[in-house]
Amino acid sequence: MGSRASTLLREEEIEEIKKETGFSHSQITRLYSRFTSLDKGENGALSREDFQRIPELAINPLGDRIINAFFPDGEDQVNFRGFMRTLAHFRPVEDNEKNKNVSNTEPLNSRTNKLHFAFQLYDLDRDDKISRDELLQVLRMMVGVNISDEQLGSIADRTIQEADANGDGCISFTEFMKVLEKVDVEQKMSIRFLH
Amino acid sequence: MCVYPCTPLCPPVPSSCYPSMMAALWTLFWALSVCLLGCAGLTPPQAHNLPPSVGSNSSSSSGGGGLHVDAPMALRVFSLDYHHVQAPFEIVLWIMLASLAKLGFHWSGRVPAVVPESCVLIMVGLLVGGVIYGVRHSAPPTLSADSFFLFLLPPIVLDAGYFLPGRLFFENLGTILWYAVLGTFWNVLGIGLSLYGVCLLAPSSLGDISLLHCLLFSSLIAAVDPVAVLSVFQEMQVNDQLHILVFGESLLNDAVTVVLYKLFESFLRLPSVSGLDVLLGMCRVVVVGLGGLFLGLFFGLVAALTSRFTSRAQVIAPLFVFLYSYLSYLTSEMLHLSGITAIVTCAVTMKQYVEANVSERSNTSIQYFLKMWSSVSETLIFIFLGVSTIQDVHMWSWPFVCSTLLLCLFWRTTGVLLLTSVVNKLRRNAVTFRDQFIIAYGGLRGAICFSLVFLIDDFPKKKLFITTTIVVILFTVFVQGMTIKPLVELLDVKRKKKALPTVSEEIHTRLIDHLMAGMEDVVGYWGQHFWKDKFEQFNKKYLRRFLIREDQQAHSILRVYQELERRGQRGDAEASSVVDPRPPSRPLLPEEMDSIRRILSRNLQNFNKKQTRAYSRHSLHQDVATNRARKPLHRHQSVGGRYTCNTTAPQEDDERLSDSLRGRAGLSRSHTVCTRSSRRTLSDSLASTESQTQSQPENPKPEGVDQTSSDQQHPVEKTPKKQLSFNLENENQQ
Repeated sequence: MGSRASTLLREEEIEEIKKETGFSHSQITRLYSRFTSLDKGENGALSREDFQRIPELAINPLGDRIINAFFPDGEDQVNFRGFMRTLAHFRPVEDNEKNKNVSNTEPLNSRTNKLHFAFQLYDLDRDDKISRDELLQVLRMMVGVNISDEQLGSIADRTIQEADANGDGCISFTEFMKVLEKVDVEQKMSIRFLH
Repeated sequence: MCVYPCTPLCPPVPSSCYPSMMAALWTLFWALSVCLLGCAGLTPPQAHNLPPSVGSNSSSSSGGGGLHVDAPMALRVFSLDYHHVQAPFEIVLWIMLASLAKLGFHWSGRVPAVVPESCVLIMVGLLVGGVIYGVRHSAPPTLSADSFFLFLLPPIVLDAGYFLPGRLFFENLGTILWYAVLGTFWNVLGIGLSLYGVCLLAPSSLGDISLLHCLLFSSLIAAVDPVAVLSVFQEMQVNDQLHILVFGESLLNDAVTVVLYKLFESFLRLPSVSGLDVLLGMCRVVVVGLGGLFLGLFFGLVAALTSRFTSRAQVIAPLFVFLYSYLSYLTSEMLHLSGITAIVTCAVTMKQYVEANVSERSNTSIQYFLKMWSSVSETLIFIFLGVSTIQDVHMWSWPFVCSTLLLCLFWRTTGVLLLTSVVNKLRRNAVTFRDQFIIAYGGLRGAICFSLVFLIDDFPKKKLFITTTIVVILFTVFVQGMTIKPLVELLDVKRKKKALPTVSEEIHTRLIDHLMAGMEDVVGYWGQHFWKDKFEQFNKKYLRRFLIREDQQAHSILRVYQELERRGQRGDAEASSVVDPRPPSRPLLPEEMDSIRRILSRNLQNFNKKQTRAYSRHSLHQDVATNRARKPLHRHQSVGGRYTCNTTAPQEDDERLSDSLRGRAGLSRSHTVCTRSSRRTLSDSLASTESQTQSQPENPKPEGVDQTSSDQQHPVEKTPKKQLSFNLENENQQ
């Protein structure tokens, strides 16, 4: 019972998160209540098991990778700041934000950062390249067991071939961005966090 | 012979043939018109001059119908009995006229670029109607409301529903319903009330039009017509979202229109109208819409279930599609529900299951028949619109007509602006001002208003209403229809994406879809992805298992597997080496793209099939999955035995699978069929089918292999029959 009090959100924290992620006050509080409802252990941080308890996420073919994306390298717990930082990638890009650029760093929900998030779902070893094996793994997860390895291999080869500009057999982040240049990523990779 | 109907672009024809073809077409066309005239002349009003050309050859009145030969007792060698065949003959002539007009339209050079087809057809109708009127001095045959609603409208709506792009439609469903329901209400009330105001301002001529009459009139004139919208927008190729918004709205506002029309009509018959009646009217809207929806769902599911059992009588499988859809339409009309909603829902529901259950050729038949019937219907509707304009019943009133026109435009524009400003806050993808303008401007009226106005109970000013309706329809179709294309280009509205997505795009977009679904789960946001996922799971678990044939549930995967095998072999033979981990870069052949896309779309839990040109009347959407797979793609002898099967199918399924595979081998060409048990025989059957392909220039190998394998055909007794049908198909494809 006592540990509950320590997980209440303080105003300064809200302000910091607001500055870092761009969420509004009400969005942050709403997401905080979601965070706490997921946090069954009530220790102010989410573990992988907490995520896996979400039923639909368990059925999602990319469920594990999505969960991993929340956890910074090597760690097993994610606190609210980290949670918000990850979710900030999916904030819709507002028009008035496109023009003003307050800080030097790009906002977390810019197109590049969104694409980078997707890129990292493939790139497990974080070498900034999607190798054929990594691609195959993701394909296998998405496609299921009905397709033979051979076919999957051909698909993977095609994919790399289409994207690979410098011929190294892997897809770099720039090549990845180029392939998706016609796709409306800002709109696709946004969740409407209701005000 | 090319099976696929010509695309709107003129097919390559040597220019020397062109004038002679045109001449031939026009001769035929005029000959037909003369025939029609003759028939029109034949059907009495009596005591009129029969047209000299055809009519004089026959007598119209005598029952036996012989020539007036002055040898009464001799055996009649030649006799003409027109009455015997009159009704179907005339119908066929009208349809022939319509179709020839359509043909002529497409051959007439620059005209299709400027004038939409609907305009030309109406003009032809006007011409024919005028000529008939001139000959008979009485009104030409008009489009009866019954024949319109029962025979001409359903095929068009069915075609629209069957080829509706599902994902796009459901993504925008909220906006579409918003426009359809609220927009129609707004328009009806706005136009009705302001028209009543106009009538009050001109009491001399318009004084006897009551408020209810105005509302009744506005309820039928406010509705956007799907037929007109389809025919104009299909030539325009605007971006998909805009298209689906306008088109979806025109389809769904039928419920509101029908209810309001019937409501005001029954109000007119009631002695007085109370608030309760209005409230009940509102409830009726909901009942009508939802009733149509559920009826459509019911029939769609029953149709899907029936199609599951059609494997032994494949020829009549397409018939079920049409029968059930039409039945749903008729049932909902019988219950005074929204027929259009029912038939659209039916088509949308049954499509995926039927496509999986019936054979390839049945699928093609379904699609072709749908396109054909809807095309004929649409043409007939427009021609009859033209013909029916020529009548005795016109009553003109400048203030009424002009104000109706202006008010229609005004209220539609304000309605769209207002509604969009509200709905944009809730949408991910905002509707831009240009899109809004096109939505407002593209609100064409068509034959539905026309038929509804004829159904009004008679009252003194009914002819005025008819005239006004005709003027509005002609105005919207001609003026708006002709100018919308240049406007689209002028305003630089976003056009349709021409290219199909690459494989990488597909895969990455699927990844993003899954990612977003996962994120929405984490956030606890029941967004679109969430519901889509849920529906897909429900679909997979219950519906597909119940409604799709058992052997078909694996079918798509096996087919795809075989496609890839074939592709792999070809890549092999061309590179003349083992499969290179980094094959030389070459542009993807369409067949390969299709096979990959098919794997992805079937296995990646995704709704969206492909970018289909759903709206074109002139060519089927390039369902590459079925069509291209069957082109003579085999360049090299497919030796089935080379690849071992990696299927994880359990042993007892093998026989069933191999049976279905054997059956398939005849019907679709792209097989390297291999199963553990019957590897040799199946590959031989394939080899023998190869022998029957037309010789390809780059195909040096088949002949040699054929001789060796043809004597091994005998063990396979099922395939020869299929090979025959396969042959026919082969020839058709050329």
